Amino acid sequence: MAVYKKTYRPYEGALTSSLGRFLVIPRYAFEDMQKSRFLTIFFFASFIYPLICALIIYVQHNASALGLLGVQGARNLISINVVFFMGMLGWQSMLALFMASFVGPGQVSPDLANNALSLYLARPFSRLEYVLGKMWILMVLMSFMTWVPGLLLFLLEGYLEGWQWMSDNARLASGLFFGAWVWILLLSLMALALSAWVKWKPAAGALMFGVFFVAAGFGVALNGVLRSKWGHLFNISHLIGSVWVQLFEGANKTTNGAVFFRVPEGEELPLWCCWMALGCFCLICFYMLRRKIRGAEVVR
Amino acid sequence: MDPVIELDGLEVRFGNRTILNHLKASLTGRSIGLLGPNGAGKSTLINSLLGFHKPTSGTARIFGRDIRTHAREVRSLIGYMPENDAFIANISGVRFVRMMAELAGLPKEHALERAHEAFFYVGLGEVRYRNLGTYSLGMKQAAKLAQAIAHGPKLLFLDEPTNGLDPPARLRMIQLIQEIRDRGDLHLILSSHLLRDVEECCDEVLILKDGNIAAFCNLEEERRANKRFLELETRGEINGNFLSAIEHLGCEAATGAQGRIKLVLPDGLEVRQLYEVAAQQNVQIRRLNHKRDSLEDIFLKAMEAADGRL
Repeated sequence: MAVYKKTYRPYEGALTSSLGRFLVIPRYAFEDMQKSRFLTIFFFASFIYPLICALIIYVQHNASALGLLGVQGARNLISINVVFFMGMLGWQSMLALFMASFVGPGQVSPDLANNALSLYLARPFSRLEYVLGKMWILMVLMSFMTWVPGLLLFLLEGYLEGWQWMSDNARLASGLFFGAWVWILLLSLMALALSAWVKWKPAAGALMFGVFFVAAGFGVALNGVLRSKWGHLFNISHLIGSVWVQLFEGANKTTNGAVFFRVPEGEELPLWCCWMALGCFCLICFYMLRRKIRGAEVVR
Repeated sequence: MDPVIELDGLEVRFGNRTILNHLKASLTGRSIGLLGPNGAGKSTLINSLLGFHKPTSGTARIFGRDIRTHAREVRSLIGYMPENDAFIANISGVRFVRMMAELAGLPKEHALERAHEAFFYVGLGEVRYRNLGTYSLGMKQAAKLAQAIAHGPKLLFLDEPTNGLDPPARLRMIQLIQEIRDRGDLHLILSSHLLRDVEECCDEVLILKDGNIAAFCNLEEERRANKRFLELETRGEINGNFLSAIEHLGCEAATGAQGRIKLVLPDGLEVRQLYEVAAQQNVQIRRLNHKRDSLEDIFLKAMEAADGRL
């Protein structure tokens, strides 16, 4: 057993690099997360859909397996194309929303409730690093749920189809990667902003869904009243769907988004409006965080 | 001596309210007390030095580093024990201190070792694996001190460290602060509205009132000066020979009623010599008091100044 001297002594050893110091926060958060059985099960359960997709890809390229199942025509039934990958991203992104609403509210609100921010920020550690550290937790989790399995599926299909398929469909890979990151950044910022403003965790989690569904409902109502399509600016899934279509297909679009992120025919908004709306949304979240993440509260 | 903290016209305003008003001072002591009534600006001054509040004008330097331009470097030298409850929820004491040490830049192995040491040092060794939420108020104060010293800062900010502590816990906290001060490895700033805490721990005092510096004094020098003032009470009438004998020793003496004598002792004169002279002159000294211009006197004088400036 170690014997500790009951004395104070200054520290004279080496210091860690300040660049990666924000990673201390996610390291501790992941250790804590492992203690939650529910979150661990949910996280691993989120890989079921990508595993099914991998199975479909494998079976599609395995004639003997198809023969064994007696479904030789199945190859033409499910195509491994943009709809397949966008569909996978849609499902996984919805699971990521659940994950963000479970994990996100517990990030900032306990620190605010217990005045811990003054302890973080009294160190050589900035507000930006604090936010980045907290976002990192969500970004890593949601990456493993969205673009990481997406790209693995793309590589599997490329491996089975050949190099030519990969180079022909490189846009799918970039669409998966960048499309997922747009969603991840948006969710992470929103989860932290709500966590900073709503101290009660269940309420903050519920509000995550509220922002999506209530705002979408408001947008639909606005469309109905004004007989326009601009109400979709409040519908985040509509905005994300439009952006995904562009990222996956560019100008030659053949789909109208993915499951949960579909853009109704004839109600498409100009793409720049969608990007602008998402940008504004992120700026609002930044502003909310900037107001709350402070070492000391200013009472004017 | 190089100043620990230099306040160079530091002004902090919140909206239209001036909280700190062009503070100018050079603090060089090993342990500096920040005194003032509630709302005087003590915590705001600490928060500004930590970079939590941006100065409206002027600046401050800590160990020669400007808080405006070298905020990160300044914070790497500081340990901070805040006034209010401040901890991370659902985490054991030692893990909390370890995390704080890592955020200050210590590698994780060193941070763990230092966290254990800090916990034993503040007397919480036996409860270091308990959840912070279950700690009593006194234990939380000690845990806050542990996180403030674990990374080995050069300057320690203690904001009302004895708040809410019962007498034994307060005594233990004061002893800890004195031990840290006496080791001489770091400087400390103790903000308090309790004169006794400051008097017991500090050698310099900055008194704030309404955001202004109301007084700044070196307690050590005050104490030293006070030691040279004596008030004697002798039995019966004052013997003229005794007075001339003590004046012969170099003392300045003034007589009062009922056998009282006020003395200013010259350097090098011991009190024992007075007793010897008294014995030679058959004078009985019944009482001998060192006159003390206590911190309370200094504080009250500072508070009496109408505009908060002496």
